[in-house]
Amino acid sequence: MSTPLPATAAPSYLHDGYSLWSWITSHDHKRIAILYAVSITAFFFIGAVAAGLIRLELVTPAADAVDADTYNRLFTAHGVIMVWMFLIPSIPSVFGNFALALMIGARDLAFPRLNLLSWYLYAGGGLFTIAALLLGGVDTGWTFYTPYSSIFSNSHVIMTLLGVLIVGFSSILTGLNFIVTVHTLRAPGMGWFKLPLFVWAIYATSVILVLATPVLAITLLLLAAERIFHIGLFNPALGGDPLLFQHLFWFYSHPAVYIMILPAMGVASEIIPCFARKRVFGYKFMAFAIIGIAVISFLVWGHHMFVSGQSVYASMVFSVLSFMVAVPSAIKVFNWTATLHKGSISFTAPMLYALGFVILFLQGGLTGLFLASLSIDVHVTDTYFVVAHFHYIMVGGSVMAYLGAVHYWWPKMTGRMYAESWARVAALIIFAGFNLTFFPQYLLGYEGMPRRYHTYPDQFQVLNILSSSGAAVLAIGYMLPLLYLFWSLWQGKHAPDNPWQATGLEWQTSSPPPVHNFDHLPDGSAEPYDYTPDRAVQQ
Amino acid sequence: MSAHAYDPASALADARARIGMWVFLASEIMFFGPVFFAYLYGRYEWPHAFFAASRSTDLLCGAVNTAILLTSSTAVAMALRYAEGDLRRQARRALSVVMLLGFAFLLIKGYEYGQDWHEHLIPGRDFELRDAANQAAAQLFYFIYFFSTLLHALHLLIGIGLIGYCRSYLKRDTGHRAVRRLEVIGLYWHFVDIIWIFLYPALYLAGRAS
Repeated sequence: MSTPLPATAAPSYLHDGYSLWSWITSHDHKRIAILYAVSITAFFFIGAVAAGLIRLELVTPAADAVDADTYNRLFTAHGVIMVWMFLIPSIPSVFGNFALALMIGARDLAFPRLNLLSWYLYAGGGLFTIAALLLGGVDTGWTFYTPYSSIFSNSHVIMTLLGVLIVGFSSILTGLNFIVTVHTLRAPGMGWFKLPLFVWAIYATSVILVLATPVLAITLLLLAAERIFHIGLFNPALGGDPLLFQHLFWFYSHPAVYIMILPAMGVASEIIPCFARKRVFGYKFMAFAIIGIAVISFLVWGHHMFVSGQSVYASMVFSVLSFMVAVPSAIKVFNWTATLHKGSISFTAPMLYALGFVILFLQGGLTGLFLASLSIDVHVTDTYFVVAHFHYIMVGGSVMAYLGAVHYWWPKMTGRMYAESWARVAALIIFAGFNLTFFPQYLLGYEGMPRRYHTYPDQFQVLNILSSSGAAVLAIGYMLPLLYLFWSLWQGKHAPDNPWQATGLEWQTSSPPPVHNFDHLPDGSAEPYDYTPDRAVQQ
Repeated sequence: MSAHAYDPASALADARARIGMWVFLASEIMFFGPVFFAYLYGRYEWPHAFFAASRSTDLLCGAVNTAILLTSSTAVAMALRYAEGDLRRQARRALSVVMLLGFAFLLIKGYEYGQDWHEHLIPGRDFELRDAANQAAAQLFYFIYFFSTLLHALHLLIGIGLIGYCRSYLKRDTGHRAVRRLEVIGLYWHFVDIIWIFLYPALYLAGRAS
């Protein structure tokens, strides 16, 4: 064997049974992480196909590929699947599951059986969503705005609501599990300010999952009651108020954006110090910024409703609070930049993704300030400017970070090295393809092209063609990792225990880790991100 | 006082179960959040209709049910004290009382629903509340009333099942594990009780003073 002696003698978690049954009944957090990884990847490509068809239709100003009704169902399927079936479970459920317990030196999560139940709920909810899609789909948009969704829509609203509701329970249980794990299972010596920032991020995300998701669940139930029994709170014809739905929906769905971005920030905070070989700049500020973002996330939902007719004073308060999100977000970007300053940077694939994340998140964040300003928001509401903004956060931010995490922890998860040069090429293609797809949409939106229409005036065609060709590049970029990562499972070099010379307890066990994670209870008292040059990194 | 010696693994399991239940209850509060928010919103928008609708609820049933739930919470607390003192038989008896009180609550609630049915207070086609000028808003009150009390009754039903499970577990397992389970399930029971403590004044009392 050319590889150095593994840190543990026990067989790895991958060799603890080979049947499908041994996987789908496993209580091992690492195996459940793999179950999530496989299922969210499937959903990602389903959602991506819907996006591809949307971009195909928008190549020409006229309606040629699909009609208006199909187009509505396509963008709804894209939104529902990408938000609830991919983005929300992506980093928390895959890497929260795989890495969290390892990073705090725990044997498993606090409630392993509950963890498996979470995956089954996720899969069950996913099946409902897929069933709704196969039966003909939903045309309400992922926001399910009333009264359209409760009275007028003739599509499979109830089944999709059920799917989202069930996935919501999965989120709540996962969040609960992570919170209790961080509170009770940290290795000896690992105080709160010795936690890796990824753990802080997952912890804050879990708090949002636990507190915001139930609001969505009940709101969707109220909507279903209104749709089935024709009585309810949201229909003006019955004395209700559709704005109430919007308030309740965004009370969940704005924090949901932070469910997607906080774990991404955690991933960047792991990768950047590792490949700049420097301690993360301002650790405590980073930790408090995460908590700050999580807290403020609950207070800004009204900025989705500036033109809805809510009180002007409410809008002004929500505008100010939305600007306040910029403060902790900027702290994070400054500190990543300061971490890079005078570091010895190596542009490995995870680092490329992490840097791409910072750049795209910065752009998405800055355009968020445009949208938080009342007067500018009136001009760009419901245009492609908004679409571009949140794709910079959710795709440019979260998906880049997710891919960064995939590459960073791939050797630990699979015991194999991926093809580094292919990975770098893919990262660059994705970065280029992403910008080509979404930057033109800022311009389109600013010039007034509304979202959610399948046709548009001729003047917008050039930018739309640019955007659609970007989507093609992006598709190639997303297919590449699927291929070379898959290939590496059989042909990749065996991974050493700590291929990146990273700090962090997850690198102190073997790659892939044994079922029980660590042979000896690890010591958690080391300073986090201790990348000082004279430190002998544990190999 | 526990009769068992201190055991770190068991203490960790205690902490885990306790924190887990508290986090779950935080999540549960948010489940009821939209219902209370919708109630506040309706009361603010259509105060007179909500007062009138609130006056048409059955105060006696509501009050008796409140007393029943408060008593049941006391019985849960007593059961836990008994179990911690290793008085298993007494603990199980107290839990039987809890279950009986839970069923009594549901029976009275069911009787109340029956009365509402006869008085055309079920939201839907033949809803009619004579005292209210704004029928649509009064109907919204009753929509919230049914949604929230049914959600609460569902929680109570789950609670009764869990208490029944605890009761039989206290017999099957003589160790500390049964006490731990009783403690966290007791927390859940108190939570369901507290939700009612907020629903009762909101739905039954708020309109009667004016």
